Amino acid sequence: MQYAILCYHDEKVTCAWSKEHDEAVMAKLGAVMDKHKQKLGPVARLLPTTAATTLRKDREPALVIDGPFAETKEQLLGFYIIDCATLEDALDFARELGAVNPGGAYEIRPVDVLFDSAGAP
Amino acid sequence: MNQHDWIGTVIAAARPKAMAALLRYFGDLDAAEEAFQEACLRALNAWPKNGPPRDAAAWLIMVSRNAGIDSVRKQSRMTPLPSDDLISDLSDTEAAEVERLDDAGYRDDILRLLFVCCHPDLPSTQQIALALRIVSGLKVSQIARAFLVSEAAMEQRITRAKSKIAGAHVPFDAPGAVERTERLATVAAMIYLVFNEGYTTNVAEQGAKAPLCEEAIRLSRLLLSLFPAEPEIMGLTALILLQHARSAARFDADGIVVLLEDQDRTKWDRRMIAEGLALVDKSLRHQRPGSYQVQAAVAALHARAPSFAETDWAQIDSLYGILERMQPSPVVTLNRAVAVAKSRGAAEALLMIEPLEDKLNGYFYFHGARGAFLMELGRSEEARIAFDRAIALANTPAEAAHIRNQIDRLAP
Repeated sequence: MQYAILCYHDEKVTCAWSKEHDEAVMAKLGAVMDKHKQKLGPVARLLPTTAATTLRKDREPALVIDGPFAETKEQLLGFYIIDCATLEDALDFARELGAVNPGGAYEIRPVDVLFDSAGAP
Repeated sequence: MNQHDWIGTVIAAARPKAMAALLRYFGDLDAAEEAFQEACLRALNAWPKNGPPRDAAAWLIMVSRNAGIDSVRKQSRMTPLPSDDLISDLSDTEAAEVERLDDAGYRDDILRLLFVCCHPDLPSTQQIALALRIVSGLKVSQIARAFLVSEAAMEQRITRAKSKIAGAHVPFDAPGAVERTERLATVAAMIYLVFNEGYTTNVAEQGAKAPLCEEAIRLSRLLLSLFPAEPEIMGLTALILLQHARSAARFDADGIVVLLEDQDRTKWDRRMIAEGLALVDKSLRHQRPGSYQVQAAVAALHARAPSFAETDWAQIDSLYGILERMQPSPVVTLNRAVAVAKSRGAAEALLMIEPLEDKLNGYFYFHGARGAFLMELGRSEEARIAFDRAIALANTPAEAAHIRNQIDRLAP
């Protein structure tokens, strides 16, 4: 069985970390990841929610909203990672997905670092 | 991270919201600050035992209020309120409070807190100092170090600023739409001032001033989280992230300023750049350009360019053209001319800056740029005169050294 581990924390706190503290945390996490690298899939650290955009696809046409997905009635069902030159390209991909699967929303959040399965950035 | 560190981080993260609520509650900065300090002391005592509360801001607000009321009652010799043990164990009272504590509900409070710090009667240095003390919670000694003044002098400056604000009577009712937009613009300008104060041209000061840049980023993100659909706040956040991303490349091993064209781009902070670029993309979708967005777009083109030579100068030229129309200024035109020299040639650039001579005659960059254009056109003698003038006007030895390097490249 494969498991996705989703990380939650108060970003006001994590953004208040000093650079040194942030690096120390990442180094410790890196060591744990390294230990389990045989079994580990890709790992992503995301940029702050202020950099996010949300596509509401429960209406026609889908609506683009600034900011993260903030509803609590809906649950996280899955995610995609795609390499795009611009936000517009990422939104086009999300719209294309939404057209064949309306309802709910996509949060489009830029990725900070993406580690491959071997734990390397 | 030891215990005091994690508590410090949690308090720092909760501070703007808590101080904003307390300012509304007490109607006075000093009272709000005193009550908050008291609550922080109690947090240092209670949190290691009970663990951090679910909502640190809510906890701090309630304990502060309690402490504030407590001290008022003590002064008037009335019976003190029950101790804050009641709320420090996360009772139901907190849950009800938390409901009302979502950021959106506190948007105008936080905006007001930021806004009182940039009252137009305050000179810009006092605005910055006050925001760093009140909103960010930096220690007076840290702020003093960043401004290169003594702690006592800074303490006095902050006290003076606070008393000026107390007399200014900023209204406490919710602002209307127009007033909110005006406040937002004033606060954005103050945040950019904080950043620029930290963005030093001197390596010796970089360590002391770096916290200012980091606080500016935090304040800007805070403002953006409250006003997520404001393209200019996206632009401002992007602009300071993209500029700060270059900080590790801005000085060489000897502490000499390294110009953009010579910077080692592998030292640029990729995370800040990614965030800045994402925000520029977000802002562009709104098609409501403003000066922060345009400046951020220029910074984004530099960030995207693999090297100085491969920079999209034509695009930078047109962005500065837009900025010139938005806020006409000889310095903007001079910046545009530098891009024009790269995209359309030095002759056109030289033509463009000729009318600026009167206004920028005492400006180092004007003569430096003019000398570079003349040098490119092979007019060595005139270039030498311009360069000499630039050296006479240089603000730092590094600037002068850069011009001397150019002179060395002139044909004999």
